[in-house]
Amino acid sequence: MRERGQREVFCGLTGIVWLHRKIQDAFFLVIGSRTCAHLMQSAAGVMIFAEPRFATAVMEERDLAGLADANDELDAAVARLLERRPDIKMLFLVGSCPSEVIKLDLSRAAARLSDRHAPAVRILSYSGSGIETTFTQGEDRCLAALVPELPRVDNAPPQLLIVGALADVVEDQFARLFAAMGLDTVCFLPPRRAGDLPAVGPNTRFLLAQPFLADAAKALEARGAAHIAAPFPLGAEGTTLWLKAAAQAFGVDPMCFRAATAAPEARAKRALAPLEASLAGRRVFFFPDSQLEIPLARMLSRELGARLVEVGTPYLHRQHLAEELALLPEGTVLSEGQDVDRQLDRVRAAAPDITVCGLGLANPLEAEGLTTKWSIELLFTPIQGYEQAGDLAALFARPLDRQTRLRV
Amino acid sequence: MQLTVWTYEGPPHVGAMRVATAMEGVHYVLHAPQGDTYADLLFTMIERRDKRPPVTYTTFEARDLGKDTAELFQATLIAAHERFKPQAMLVGSSCTAELIQDDPGGLARATDLPIPVIPLELPSYQRKENWGAAETFYQIVRTLAGSPRGKAMADRADRDRRPLCNLLGPTALGFRHRDDVAEITKLLGEIGVDVGVVAPLGAAPDDIARLGDADFNVVLYPEIAGVAAKWLKRTFGQDFTTTVPIGVGATRDFIAEVGRLAGGAVTDAAGRISPSNLPWFSRSVDSNYLTGKRVFVFGDATHALAAARVATEEFGFTLCGLGTYSREFARDMRAAAAQHGLEAVISDDYLDVEASIAEAQPELVLGTQMERHIAKRLGIACAVISAPVHVQDYPARYSPQMGFEGANVLWDSWVHPLVMGLEEHLLGMFRDDFEFHDGARPSHLGAGARVEPAPEMAVRASESSSAVTAVAEAAAPIALGWGSDAEEELRKIPFFVRGKARRNTEQFALERGLAEITVETLYDAKAHFSR
Repeated sequence: MRERGQREVFCGLTGIVWLHRKIQDAFFLVIGSRTCAHLMQSAAGVMIFAEPRFATAVMEERDLAGLADANDELDAAVARLLERRPDIKMLFLVGSCPSEVIKLDLSRAAARLSDRHAPAVRILSYSGSGIETTFTQGEDRCLAALVPELPRVDNAPPQLLIVGALADVVEDQFARLFAAMGLDTVCFLPPRRAGDLPAVGPNTRFLLAQPFLADAAKALEARGAAHIAAPFPLGAEGTTLWLKAAAQAFGVDPMCFRAATAAPEARAKRALAPLEASLAGRRVFFFPDSQLEIPLARMLSRELGARLVEVGTPYLHRQHLAEELALLPEGTVLSEGQDVDRQLDRVRAAAPDITVCGLGLANPLEAEGLTTKWSIELLFTPIQGYEQAGDLAALFARPLDRQTRLRV
Repeated sequence: MQLTVWTYEGPPHVGAMRVATAMEGVHYVLHAPQGDTYADLLFTMIERRDKRPPVTYTTFEARDLGKDTAELFQATLIAAHERFKPQAMLVGSSCTAELIQDDPGGLARATDLPIPVIPLELPSYQRKENWGAAETFYQIVRTLAGSPRGKAMADRADRDRRPLCNLLGPTALGFRHRDDVAEITKLLGEIGVDVGVVAPLGAAPDDIARLGDADFNVVLYPEIAGVAAKWLKRTFGQDFTTTVPIGVGATRDFIAEVGRLAGGAVTDAAGRISPSNLPWFSRSVDSNYLTGKRVFVFGDATHALAAARVATEEFGFTLCGLGTYSREFARDMRAAAAQHGLEAVISDDYLDVEASIAEAQPELVLGTQMERHIAKRLGIACAVISAPVHVQDYPARYSPQMGFEGANVLWDSWVHPLVMGLEEHLLGMFRDDFEFHDGARPSHLGAGARVEPAPEMAVRASESSSAVTAVAEAAAPIALGWGSDAEEELRKIPFFVRGKARRNTEQFALERGLAEITVETLYDAKAHFSR
């Protein structure tokens, strides 16, 4: 089912809220309006004050008057910023709706400024505007902008690249698991420091850790890297299938693979077992938010026995999600895009046990008697891999648990 | 372009949303790109509203720009009218829609809906949130308040009822608006004045139509209701109050002003009003140590002006800085600052404000959520008096700022962050205690270290580096010119006045061309400045 209408989603600028923590010496400068600055501070809450690593160059009347002027203003803003913060190694100029509409060419600005500030700072650009990107697509655009910067490698032994920002602890667990299979040259994109960009070339095989990385994958393929198709590493089953896809691509001996994964997989299943009692048979409704909905629905239904009422996603990349779609229960209702008022009519009519939705809808739906799980938390919590499978299920069980505790 | 890390106000359409969300039976159709719905979270999360704001966004995307966004706007408007059946609608653009120039007002007229549709012209690249709220409220009042006929003063004069007023200005997402309205309604009731319409908060279009029935208007928040109140005066001859009842003195002045506007019909209030505890608390001897504490005040104009008066006349503090981000009220603010021998800080750049605070070396900051973080960075006590605020300043408990109960709330919340009297004395007496020392937080605020002022500064937009120096100065490392004995002596001064002592001593040495600061210089300066 495809829907058009009012969409209650974030724009791609919100990706900055976690990306600036992942790449510690990068700075994100949004070129936009007061609305963009307001969004950033509403989304980033209290973090804005602890030595922020992002800011907004707020466009004013005079910037809208003529383009040359806007470029000069931008150069001045960047020069001031870099003077103040000599520790910045990489600067992202992030496009917004206003800068896209007036066609301010940030890629040219980035090239011009890179010449001026090389070699101390690399300056890149990408768009996080609402007219082009939804929520997590901001990360996709950011990583796609990084790909041309990656060093070139030609005649190296095949290497594995994991793409998508993961919690540090999750990244370390995956590195250990791959090492146990004998793959010890595994790299991650994005890196933790701007200077540690992984190399890429025709021998690179990459595995997507997140389902929303269409552009980044395309950019990597353009550099000769090959995509390894796999479901996403959510839950015990998803993690095993994801790791197995890489193991097979690199010719890891099946016995060796089992030896590396058997114990943590059993641990993950043990952690999931007690949560099945509270989630089995529960009817779950997903509003579109981050593109994580389909992998999450697959995990909740197959590993915890939940029933899927409707699985909404802002955008469906059929090729990247082919393995996931094959695992979904027969007859699952999928919706791509959104007309929020009609979707709300459907959720009220279905009265599911758990509604997964954004914070703009969560409290109003709670007040109508529906139990909700706010979806943004799934981006700000370590949920991938074996050791987090129980934590992920607990995120969905918690609102139900709370319902039964409260007596007033 | 203005390099902005923190903005004191949102864009003007957020002000329009605050008015629409405050009201009943009004729906706002906003021409805006996908993603601008983030603003819903301000209402559903920060203010914890249990309903979605009555706002429908067109949420156009890039692929719509090639087509007819005007048609999309009209279809959205018609669908919203059909679904929500409001009594009146607002239409307008966000900052991006302003660039594509679709003219929501004209498009709405063409759809010919059977209800009033009010077009909002909110210039996003010049104006901000409070201006947007004021303009929206003014346009709503202009359109819906009815005609002046039959609403002349004469009709109101020969009546057989208590004086009647409207309360103007409270909105959604307002700082303590919920409880201020309750407190002032109660106070007016006690002095014999009835409240007709409260608007925009809780008002429906029918209520706006009744605004003209009141004898006069009470303007609680001039930033939002000032323009509408002036129009009501011109159109219906209704006078409006100009005193904002924050603090005991201002509340008394407000009662007197209401008395004048109500034509003397106000009950003699003595003995009927529950008085405030603030005057006695402030006169009791344990408040002695508050005398002359240096306080820096910043916020929206109304709250900052009120706080300046309360801080000086009712707490006995000394004002060492005053400012606002409300440029519309710059003149009033400058006049008020001048009375205290200060130059007002009129800025919406928080880095400027940070520089001014570092410069003034206050012992207490009364400001917004933003100043809370500046104060934390500088290791200064802080209380919040004005928006922007975060979720903790939309509390569950009754916490007005206005009226006599509001004064009680001010007393508790402003004194709380300060080190308590006995502790302050003992810190001045004994410097080397293992538990109670400069580095520790005031002990009634729980365990933990005081945040040491960081010499590192955030991104600075302006070329002014005075903030950096000032902050670095407030921090430990001592500049050239200080003898080691003098430096050691300086450290014996309690931290909350040390910054000031240090600046005074350095200024004293500079004026006299002294090459080195000795212990003698320190005490000479102390004697000089205490004259």
